[in-house]
Amino acid sequence: MNAPQSFNSDTWTVAGRTFTSRLIVGTGKYKSFEENAAAVEASGAEIVTVAVRRVNIADPNQPRLTDFIDPKKITYLPNTAGCFTAEDAIRTLRLAREAGGWNLVKLEVLGEAKTLYPDMRETLRATETLVKEGFEPMVYCVDDPIAAKQLEEAGAVAVMPLGAPIGSGLGIQNRVTIRLIVEGAKVPVLVDAGVGTASDAAVAMELGCDGVLINTAIAEAKDPLLMARAMKAAVEAGRLSYLAGRMQKRRYADPSSPLAGLI
Amino acid sequence: MSLDGSLSIRVNGEHRRVPGGTSVAEMVNLLGLDPLRVAVERNLEVIPRSTLGQVCVEDGDDYEIVHFVGGG
Repeated sequence: MNAPQSFNSDTWTVAGRTFTSRLIVGTGKYKSFEENAAAVEASGAEIVTVAVRRVNIADPNQPRLTDFIDPKKITYLPNTAGCFTAEDAIRTLRLAREAGGWNLVKLEVLGEAKTLYPDMRETLRATETLVKEGFEPMVYCVDDPIAAKQLEEAGAVAVMPLGAPIGSGLGIQNRVTIRLIVEGAKVPVLVDAGVGTASDAAVAMELGCDGVLINTAIAEAKDPLLMARAMKAAVEAGRLSYLAGRMQKRRYADPSSPLAGLI
Repeated sequence: MSLDGSLSIRVNGEHRRVPGGTSVAEMVNLLGLDPLRVAVERNLEVIPRSTLGQVCVEDGDDYEIVHFVGGG
């Protein structure tokens, strides 16, 4: 990817939609809708992930997410969290498309509850079906360059490798494979899951990722609004650092002040 | 169908009765929900929002009514 003329023109595009912010935030685990909305604002995110769940028919007047985060201003990216088969994920996204009226979705098919690691066989199968049905799936996947390539070939509009297990906050565990995925991909690559603190987000961006998706690290911070700001700054810093091109590493010291003229 | 002509259906796993001749949009309204803010699946098939007013509820139907909630 070529460096933009200025940072202000540095945008990224997924399935024909162009965004300025490279930070996508989740909307789970917040103490209140108010706190959630304020964190989204502080993060500068233009996309939020949302889940699809049954309405509470016993109490239909409960407050709704859409009352606090306006889907006309912020792109809702419906996910398939909690789905363990391709069929469940496809069914969920068919409903999501009807609820939201758009095709851009986040697919995740999980393999087991303990690790929430993606089941790549089911994920690939679901991707193929969704693409046939006109969806534009951004796909959560393992940090495996071959799996990412296969998803791209199946029509994923973005690949979203995990940095570490969902909600773990362990940071980017395998920088080598994330970098290999970035190098091999023609679609946007976003680290999804595992970011625990701002430096983790910066690492993902320095590896050349197009963006980062963060939920728990913001929602479970002692001060979620402050952490949302920190993540915004980290994603921007990491991106600028990637574009700037880091210095080469040396094995030993190299003085920054001239040696000539020493008294 | 019962003697009074009402229909027995399931909505989100719960049993409900609605009058015969009710459209799906009317059924959603009867539940206190805005049909424009939810998605409706009937017997595993999504009903397009534009046709909710034309599709009639039938006895024994199984509905899922969903919306967006917070998630990561």
